[in-house]
Amino acid sequence: MGTMLRGFLLLLSLLSITAPAFSLYEDQVGLADWHQKYIGKVKDAVFHTQKTGRKRVVVSTEENVIASLDLRHGEIFWRHVLGPNDVIDRIDIAMGKYVITLSSEGSILRAWNLPDGQMVWEAFLQGPHSSKSSLLVPASLKVDKDNVILAFGKGCLHAVSGIHGEILWKKDLEAESFEIQHMIQASGSDLIHLVGFVGSSRFDSYTIDAKRGELLKHDSAAIPGGYSGQASLVSSSTLVVMDSAGSTVTTISFQDGKVTFSQTPVSTLIEDFVGKAKLLALKLEGVFAVKTGTHTTFVRVTVEGKLEVVDKINHATAVSDVLEISENRQAFAFVHSRSNGIDLTVKLGADWNHDLLKESIKMDQERGSVQKVYINNYIRTDRSHGFRALIVMEDHSLLLVQQGAVVWSREDALASVIDVKTSELPVEKKGVSVAKVEESLFEWLQGHVLKLKGTLMLASPDDMAAIQSLRLKASGKSKMTRDHNGFRKLLIVLTKAGKVFALHTGDGRIVWSRLLNSLRQSETCENPTGLNLFPWHVPHHHALDENPSALVVSRCGPSDDALGLLSFVDTYTGKELSSSSLDHSVVQVIPLPFMDSTEQRLHLLIDASGQAHLYPKTSDALSVFRPELSNVYWYSVEAETGIIKGYALKEKASDDYSFDTRSIWSIVFPSESEKIIKTSTRKLNEVVHTQAKVVADQDAMFKYISKNLLFVATVAPKASGDIGSSTPEESWLIVYLIDTITGRILHRMTHHGAQGPVEAVVSENWVIYHYFNLRAHKYEMSVIEIYDQSRADNKDVWKLILGKHNLTSPVSSYSRPEIMTRSQSYFFTHSVKSIAVTSTAKGITSKQLLIGTVGDQVLALDKRFLDPRRSVNPTQAEKEEGIIPLTDSLPIIPQSYITHALKVEGLRGIETVPAKLESTTLIFAYGVDLFFTRFAPSRTYDSLTEDFSYALLLLTIVALVAAIFITWILSEKKELRDKWR
Amino acid sequence: MVLFGSSLSPIRSRPKTTIYNCITAVVLRVVLNWKLAGDTTMKMRKGVLLVLFTLCFVLSLFAPSHSGFQSDELLVDDDEVGLPQTQSQQSSSVPKSDQTTVTTPSPTPRRKFSDSDSDSKIQFTLEHAFGDSDFAPAGTFSARLKTSAHGGQTLTKLRFSRNALTDAEKENFKNLVDGDDFYKIRLPSNVLSPPGKDFVVTSVRARCLPRETLDEHFVIHTDGVNILGVNYGAPAPCSYPRPAKLPSKWSFNSYTILKNTEQAPRTPLFIQDVLKNGEEGEGEVVAPPERSFWAKYWMYVIPLGLIVVNAVTQAMNMPEEQASGQPGGAPAAPGAVQRAPSSAARRR
Repeated sequence: MGTMLRGFLLLLSLLSITAPAFSLYEDQVGLADWHQKYIGKVKDAVFHTQKTGRKRVVVSTEENVIASLDLRHGEIFWRHVLGPNDVIDRIDIAMGKYVITLSSEGSILRAWNLPDGQMVWEAFLQGPHSSKSSLLVPASLKVDKDNVILAFGKGCLHAVSGIHGEILWKKDLEAESFEIQHMIQASGSDLIHLVGFVGSSRFDSYTIDAKRGELLKHDSAAIPGGYSGQASLVSSSTLVVMDSAGSTVTTISFQDGKVTFSQTPVSTLIEDFVGKAKLLALKLEGVFAVKTGTHTTFVRVTVEGKLEVVDKINHATAVSDVLEISENRQAFAFVHSRSNGIDLTVKLGADWNHDLLKESIKMDQERGSVQKVYINNYIRTDRSHGFRALIVMEDHSLLLVQQGAVVWSREDALASVIDVKTSELPVEKKGVSVAKVEESLFEWLQGHVLKLKGTLMLASPDDMAAIQSLRLKASGKSKMTRDHNGFRKLLIVLTKAGKVFALHTGDGRIVWSRLLNSLRQSETCENPTGLNLFPWHVPHHHALDENPSALVVSRCGPSDDALGLLSFVDTYTGKELSSSSLDHSVVQVIPLPFMDSTEQRLHLLIDASGQAHLYPKTSDALSVFRPELSNVYWYSVEAETGIIKGYALKEKASDDYSFDTRSIWSIVFPSESEKIIKTSTRKLNEVVHTQAKVVADQDAMFKYISKNLLFVATVAPKASGDIGSSTPEESWLIVYLIDTITGRILHRMTHHGAQGPVEAVVSENWVIYHYFNLRAHKYEMSVIEIYDQSRADNKDVWKLILGKHNLTSPVSSYSRPEIMTRSQSYFFTHSVKSIAVTSTAKGITSKQLLIGTVGDQVLALDKRFLDPRRSVNPTQAEKEEGIIPLTDSLPIIPQSYITHALKVEGLRGIETVPAKLESTTLIFAYGVDLFFTRFAPSRTYDSLTEDFSYALLLLTIVALVAAIFITWILSEKKELRDKWR
Repeated sequence: MVLFGSSLSPIRSRPKTTIYNCITAVVLRVVLNWKLAGDTTMKMRKGVLLVLFTLCFVLSLFAPSHSGFQSDELLVDDDEVGLPQTQSQQSSSVPKSDQTTVTTPSPTPRRKFSDSDSDSKIQFTLEHAFGDSDFAPAGTFSARLKTSAHGGQTLTKLRFSRNALTDAEKENFKNLVDGDDFYKIRLPSNVLSPPGKDFVVTSVRARCLPRETLDEHFVIHTDGVNILGVNYGAPAPCSYPRPAKLPSKWSFNSYTILKNTEQAPRTPLFIQDVLKNGEEGEGEVVAPPERSFWAKYWMYVIPLGLIVVNAVTQAMNMPEEQASGQPGGAPAAPGAVQRAPSSAARRR
């Protein structure tokens, strides 16, 4: 009996462990979560509108997505994310049914079925060396009744069968560093011309027979004046090239095996020309465009080879490719932006003075300048030609313009999220309770009756739908006010486009979006890139009526020493409050835990020369900061040299708000045996509730909790490549735990036969990291837990009573740490894109790991599975504590995918934000897609679920009260009767 | 006299002049204490003093005679764990001229090859800086470089000799303590070709070091002949705010530890074991640890005890009641008997 009982208990405990801590029913999907699909900034587009049926446009994007969009609504029919290692070079449509993509520097050619996006075939093209790539899908070129696709990549020209992707022939051009410019099919023949450059001074032209792949002719000539990398093909035998100085246009004619050059200075074409001219990449018959400053000049090349200016436009302009609208009639479009809209002009290629179409389109919000335009024509109801244009704007949004109006627009900047922060919503105004205004008591009751029906399984499908919609409405999750549980917030998102969005956590809608002026291209700042987002001003207590604001830190170029930019954005309205360009670079931003009297948070910006600059630049901030000067430390990781350095601030200031720093420690990794591949730190705002961990047999261990813990992973330089590029003997992974104040190496551990990529997360007193074990041919996850031994003596009750403990003594990094580490490794099936950990308001709720898997899903894994104290046969006491018997691999429970059936394509990061409710954490996962959900790592122990039936409770209470009354009356009567007897 | 026993690795410190110095220090302190203390324990203290003086005297006979050398040394010995090293060995390994070696400006290590090729001696310099001053030599580490069969090199037998602080350095250090500034040290990152890629720098707030002497603690993280990092600081806790305090003796008390990387625990590979255990597990139930009788049955014992106590008190009361209630008991009884049926009837 005893054993049975114990067995039952064990079974129960096992069940409670294996039962998913979080899983959804089908009807709960979409209640607390939302998912948005994006594609990224479009870099190439091909229309497919010829046939009847669905009109669509196929696009490839900077995020390496290939997608087919509905031309009517802009929805995604299908899409594929090729990933960052497989950059799409060219796309085209072949045979009217396949989408052809050439990617990875011209080494992978794929065909996708146009209606449904299924991959039809894939061909790997090999060549001797990397080069530019080019793709040509000839309309009327057949080899043995098979359509041929010509792809140039890696120095080789390949002819690939359009039907099954076989390589028909391959021609190695045997020319080192031949950079292809164009691949031209001579009209009506089987000859293919390849034109390109070798280095910056030689022009090469190849003529190849497309049927057999024979090289017929090769011409080569030196270009006078050099070559700047910009070229424009004006006819099938003429190429226009800009010289390296940007002042002379060279026309290259390569007809009949003769290469002739003629040079024309730009100044003869454009009168007041100074500086550098740029050639726009166009494909217009007989016309090329020169960009000088903000002007664009169109120049025609006559048959004799003379140049004449056709038109001059004084705006930043985007020009489309040529569109063949009918026999020998070509149209093209150019678009330029105005203050509150864009102007679209479509012209016939031959006739410059006549506009086919001229429209100005109003836009309701700032989208910056026009970057790209693709046009497509259709036959109007009156049989004339109509045009629609697909326009890519500076903020990466995609617009379809037709008949002078924006038909649809997509905010594809959200596919390239850089940083996410949350902002609280405004407090609900007193006096008006929103809930009361929105529904009457009767409706409320009706709703609950419906819910009751649902729980009692009496509801019809109509009722079920009503319940679902009621649930969505009743939760009030999309209101613009703060809620009691802290579920409603604004997600402030900074994107690569320099556009800042505020998304509502309730339904994911864009509350506001702003293309920051400071993040737009200008003459002073060529290539601004956003870096980080910080809460700048978070009002509370007495200043609640003020709007919070966020700080956007960016810099002018990709390099570290580019000048920095600051921008302040109101998080309620999206207004750019102010912006400033700095006179120093920004390498690192340290948010300080101090505030000035106006509740602005102090930030320290470190520049490339090691100077620290205090912001805001007010004397008030300085007076707050100065006393803490000697307690501010920072560190830098120089991954290339393998050195980690720690710095402190100097007391002396060169000017009022900038401080010199000095190096106080360094850790030097030997470059022949170690290479830094990953560093990770704790989140600054993480809350830890208990310092001690009670283990079995009533013992306690004290967590070593330090905000200054840095996790560093290094691998052998040989093993820093892909998995499989090195043997287990010559690869190792060394992990370090470093105190960033003193530079102490707290712990160092070697995993032999392991290699990266490493993903790591640091939280409380533990680190979990993921890597590949070459010996076992499996991925592994390891955990290191750190305990403080110097506090271990405090377990004595008498010491605690008598006050002889050191629990309240301050902790200093300068004290010698007495730490103990425990670690354990487990196999894990998936490779991992990102690891995060849940965070709750007070840190009481147990933690779950959030693992971004290779399948772009987010998996929740209980931290208890990664406990170094797991053993094969845990004792009874350990079992009671919740220690799971040791297994060699971590379980993947399908129900614990918090993204349930959805995928966050191109997953890059997972952000967790605590809600006010202790049990709940908000999770935002971003990549090409966005996904948001609420998650309770230990279930919602502190609140009733949303579908809790209050009506049932009320009914039960009423019934009980009634029953009490009835029985009371009955008993009274009976008593009276008895008394009369 | 082991001043400090590290929990990290079994190290036996073997200070040679330290003992001498320390004991003098202890003696001085004892004398002080003795002066402060009352006469009651005087006799005992006198005895202790006597013993200490004799000890001191005996040791001073053995101690080397270079009294100007104020440095402390500590030996870290992997091979001879816990074995006290003899004086002769020490003096042979650290040449008398180590003062001069240290003060030579060129930091090139001198490699001396001993009898076996696989075992070579190596020296490298510790340099220090006060605040933002330039680095100056402060001491010498000497170690044995072991070459294992498969070509790996490891440092062992680290010992350290520190130079005495000059007056200027003492003054600098005082300034550091006043300003709560950093005392910095650095080591070459490669001991064979210093400084290697770069120096390994570390620093500590100067106020952390002074105790009786200047106490310092090195943990040198090595990987073959490379030094990755140094954990440097005081062995004692040093929490903020740090009081400004100067040492009573201007000498360093150094403890050094060499640390190599740890091996990560292997991933458990025990699928078979688990299966085996699972099969066996059915048969033999893991017996829970035997608990005491009280721990097992307290929940029964306490109520039982209460019942017994209750019964006993009732039993005690019973005779009393009977004794006191006998006279009035008889008339009361009929009433009770009379009333009982009626109440029962009403309830029914």
